[in-house]
Amino acid sequence: MTLDFGRIVPSIPFILQGALVTLKYAGLSIFFGFFLGLLLTLMKLSGLKAMKWFADAYTSVFRGTPLLVQLYLIYQGIPELTGYSITAFEAGILTFSLNSGAYVSEIIRAGVQAVDKGQMEAALSLGVSYPLAMKDIIFPQAVKNILPALVNETINMLKESALISVIGESDLLRRANIIAAEKYLYFEPLLIAGAMYYVLVLILSWIAKHLEIRLARSD
Amino acid sequence: MIKIQHLSKIFGTHQVLRDINLQVPKGQVVAVIGPSGSGKSTLLRCLNRLEEPSAGTVKINGTLLTAANCKLTQVRQKIGMVFQHFHLFSHKTVLENLVYAPIKIKGLSRQEAEIQAKTLLDRVGLADKMHVYPSKLSGGQKQRVAIARALAMEPEILLFDEPTSALDPEMVKEVLDVIKSLAHTGITMVIVTHEMRFAREVADRILFLAEGQLVEDEKPEVFFKKPASERAKAFLEKVL
Repeated sequence: MTLDFGRIVPSIPFILQGALVTLKYAGLSIFFGFFLGLLLTLMKLSGLKAMKWFADAYTSVFRGTPLLVQLYLIYQGIPELTGYSITAFEAGILTFSLNSGAYVSEIIRAGVQAVDKGQMEAALSLGVSYPLAMKDIIFPQAVKNILPALVNETINMLKESALISVIGESDLLRRANIIAAEKYLYFEPLLIAGAMYYVLVLILSWIAKHLEIRLARSD
Repeated sequence: MIKIQHLSKIFGTHQVLRDINLQVPKGQVVAVIGPSGSGKSTLLRCLNRLEEPSAGTVKINGTLLTAANCKLTQVRQKIGMVFQHFHLFSHKTVLENLVYAPIKIKGLSRQEAEIQAKTLLDRVGLADKMHVYPSKLSGGQKQRVAIARALAMEPEILLFDEPTSALDPEMVKEVLDVIKSLAHTGITMVIVTHEMRFAREVADRILFLAEGQLVEDEKPEVFFKKPASERAKAFLEKVL
């Protein structure tokens, strides 16, 4: 067996451009997922039973079913139900955002609950209101637990985003496949795509590590 | 002044406080003692409603704290609390710990708040630690900062929840000395403590709790010499 990268060199820029598509998916999904996750966390911590029930059920369903199933449901189910022909891009962002919202809400909830209960009591005993204490005392401390985990979730999103190639979006994986089909050469383009995913993940991991070190300053 | 009437607290099926009735006049220093699990801390935490009483009423300077529509944040500004485990805001420096509530809640300017904070830190002997994060302080220093933080709101009442129980033995004295220096300066103090000698020295009055009941309410010299109840006698024999 010999590897022949020579034949695909002209196509490498085309494949690598897919990294931008992949990053756009991961970035937008984690962005929307963050706000959805924050909302779900507030519902979970609100103390209102119905809200908590809804947020818990939501999290359970989205974490308990395959992302690929969710993607197909939205991409193929929405046109059938509503008649709106959803684009691959819209379906991808929608699915990943809804999915990452579930994970992010757990990350934020765990981060907030990991802050010592005494911090809230100390704030309350000074006459600080509960919402203000959450904002000024609890959240700033929770960020330390949340941020590194959020970067990890971004890494997950980045890898999972390869799924959108099945509904035809031209991301990193899809482009590698296109070249593979064109040149009858599978190993090399897929290897390049794999390497590119890995480099992106390494960069994000490096960021996560440095965030953790910086945030640990007040310890 | 604190007025407690028929106060009870039930956790699940466990009754922690049973029909407590009590008045503490302004400026008095009260020590609450008793075996562990007797409800001392719960009683204290009912006084600023960190714990929700199951029944009964608590009045602070005539304001019914236990009323559903009570403006808790306003009443709590006048009631400082010092915790066993300090609970300094760990993401803020010592100075920021002291000025946060006065600026945000009382509306002091940053300059006013900092001047006041420096005076208070001087008073507890920690002026040199102003810009340090709590994690860099010893237990005794943390507790002195926590006391200064409570004082920064100029409270009329100070609640101490076992302020020296989490300290290494060599640090107990520095904290007790600070508390002693505050006693009989006009501020009402309720101190839950296991330091019997300290209670005897500093308190005007001893409350002895056992199994959620207020068993004795006496002057220290009487209580420590001749406790009226068997339970207090047994307790004192163990701890003295």
